[in-house]
Amino acid sequence: MKKTLLSAAIGAAVLGFASAASAATLDNVKSKGFVQCGVNTGLAGFAAPDSGGNWTGFDVDYCRAVAAAIFGDPSKVKYTPTTAQVRFTALQSGEIDLLARNTTWTISRDTALGLNFRYVNYYDGQGFMVPKSLNVNSALELSGAAVCVQSGTTTELNLADYFKANNLQYNPVVFEKLEEVNAAYQAGRCDVYTTDQSGLYSLRLSLSNPDEHIILPEIISKEPLGPAVRQGDDQWFDIVTWAGYALVQAEEFGITQANVDEMKNSTNPDIRRFLGVEADTKIGTDLGLTNDWAYNIVKGVGNYGEVFERNIGANTPLKIQRGLNALWSKGGLQYAPPVR
Amino acid sequence: MTDHAAMAPSEARTLRSYVYDPRYRGIFFQVLTLLIVVVLGWWIFDNTAENLARSGTASGYGFLRGRAGFDIGQSLISYTSDSTYGRAIVVGFINTVLVAVLGIITATIVGFVVGIGRLSKNWLIAKLCTLYVEIFRNIPVLLIIFFWYKGVLDSLPQVRDSLALPFNVFLNNRGLAFPKPIWGEGAWLIPAAFLVGIIVTIGVARWAKQRQAATGKQFHTIWTGIGLIVGLPILAFFVAGSPLTFDYPIAGRFNLTGGARILPEFVALYLALSLYTASFIAEVIRAGIRGVPKGQSEASFALGMQPAQTTRLVVVPQAMRIIIPPLTSQYLNLTKNSSLGVAIGFPELFSTTSTTLNQTGQAVEAISIMLTVYLAISIATSLFMNWFNAKMALVER
Repeated sequence: MKKTLLSAAIGAAVLGFASAASAATLDNVKSKGFVQCGVNTGLAGFAAPDSGGNWTGFDVDYCRAVAAAIFGDPSKVKYTPTTAQVRFTALQSGEIDLLARNTTWTISRDTALGLNFRYVNYYDGQGFMVPKSLNVNSALELSGAAVCVQSGTTTELNLADYFKANNLQYNPVVFEKLEEVNAAYQAGRCDVYTTDQSGLYSLRLSLSNPDEHIILPEIISKEPLGPAVRQGDDQWFDIVTWAGYALVQAEEFGITQANVDEMKNSTNPDIRRFLGVEADTKIGTDLGLTNDWAYNIVKGVGNYGEVFERNIGANTPLKIQRGLNALWSKGGLQYAPPVR
Repeated sequence: MTDHAAMAPSEARTLRSYVYDPRYRGIFFQVLTLLIVVVLGWWIFDNTAENLARSGTASGYGFLRGRAGFDIGQSLISYTSDSTYGRAIVVGFINTVLVAVLGIITATIVGFVVGIGRLSKNWLIAKLCTLYVEIFRNIPVLLIIFFWYKGVLDSLPQVRDSLALPFNVFLNNRGLAFPKPIWGEGAWLIPAAFLVGIIVTIGVARWAKQRQAATGKQFHTIWTGIGLIVGLPILAFFVAGSPLTFDYPIAGRFNLTGGARILPEFVALYLALSLYTASFIAEVIRAGIRGVPKGQSEASFALGMQPAQTTRLVVVPQAMRIIIPPLTSQYLNLTKNSSLGVAIGFPELFSTTSTTLNQTGQAVEAISIMLTVYLAISIATSLFMNWFNAKMALVER
């Protein structure tokens, strides 16, 4: 006992994560009063601070949805900007409670890294961006090109595999930080910029002359992007997962931020159960939350479609089509298991 | 107290007398310190192992044998994405050593010139050298690296408007491309001849020194040496039948293909580290020279030596004894600062190891490899410098 106490005390002091990793994350979050959410250091539309210093974006709204489910208040989030390099360590060490940073779900990350993925908030694929002046129409014409890529990503691995598989040569120009990759591409240090297609749309906006760059049609990989949590805390994993599914389910039900109060009076038992107005429903309390958790999410951030359109949809500068991210009932892949 | 206790051995010692005994007190505190260090070390180790086990993260060094799957921009040894993580780390290590060794050589030369320049009687030279030292010494090295990198990227022409230099050398913002020599059969004769030239020159120098000591006759060792070291390889080149062809860089659709190239990342890091460290070395040199008493050079002049001879034979050898120990620290700083290359994407040890870390998630293992390797490089450097210092030290007779 003495050993444990001393170990915990000194370990907490020395390593900083002895206690954080072991306690139930939900209790920890509730006692802190906010969710510590790991996001991108700056990817317009997904996670970037606006002119007032407030974080906005698709991934940021996901953090806000989790906060709304727990506290009934989407603003109870603190953001930790993470680079591709430090994101997993930040999560493993307990520095952040949740990683919502366009991170690809792969089996090795799920197993060897000690992380858990389940919900995919954006189905993506890796693409290439080149200046129009190069007159390239296909990625297969890129042999001999210098390619800018961020280090420590699945992108870097897919790039190597794709060029090798197609017997193409390239010079990798690799940086740790996204900002450095952008600067290098803009300065002409490389011909091609590769990352997830959603990222390319976002990055193209930050260039001084977005119209002079095209995104090639090839998608060379599957990049299911979703939130990740540490292994070993099933309750927290469930909350983070179902916060995502609630967004999708709300869209399917046609519940929006505007009509959610009205919908509480709906006669549809599915909707009543979802919003926690059905008598003796236990869905919310079984999650460790209140029964109006889903109501709070929709009230706070809207449904999946609203979040998508607000941050990255057709009316935003990114102009991304729903594509794979449409609801399953509309030919996409966004599908929520039944809430019952 | 001790004396008192020693003088009266028959008296039974009280606990108090032990407390006030400096010998026992000394031992007590040493044992206590050792105990604290050991216990703290064990706790850190134990906690880390426990946390890793609890987080379900795989551990061990087995991942080094796995396929890396990523490419590296600059490698002196053969490396592809099929190579192992271990090899990727070795590639980074070699790049680190390369930039450190070249940086140390350049920094030493520039530092010597600037350090001596600051002592010059010429007002302009002295002030220029002071300006150099004050500028580079007072800017963070990371900023200097960025300055060179952005400077290189922004001021050099784009790849499709490459600056063509003589001998098929091209300069653009992707680096300096030059013809790559391809050695044919019999080319081994050239380095062999070079080696023979060096060995013979050393022999000649010894003989000349002995002869001068014995007879006072001087011999033109320098010219003979240059003749041997340069002449012999050239002779070998023609004897072997000019076994040299070049692979010239050609403008491809995107890049210059073929030839060899020096990456701008490397140049930026190398220049920044060299120039930054040179400013510190200049100060070390100046302090060393100032540390030699004026009487030494006055005595040398009195013996009829020229100013150049005085500097070379009297002042510098004595100054070296003051210079070498702080110079070692500067060399170590330069080596360690090379890890900042990660900021501009130069694939040195820190960069390739942290990519490995990120792909495998083996944080503790990857960091421990980096710590060990940097420690080993630094210890090797300081062992060499200690040996050099002992050789240069004043031999007292």
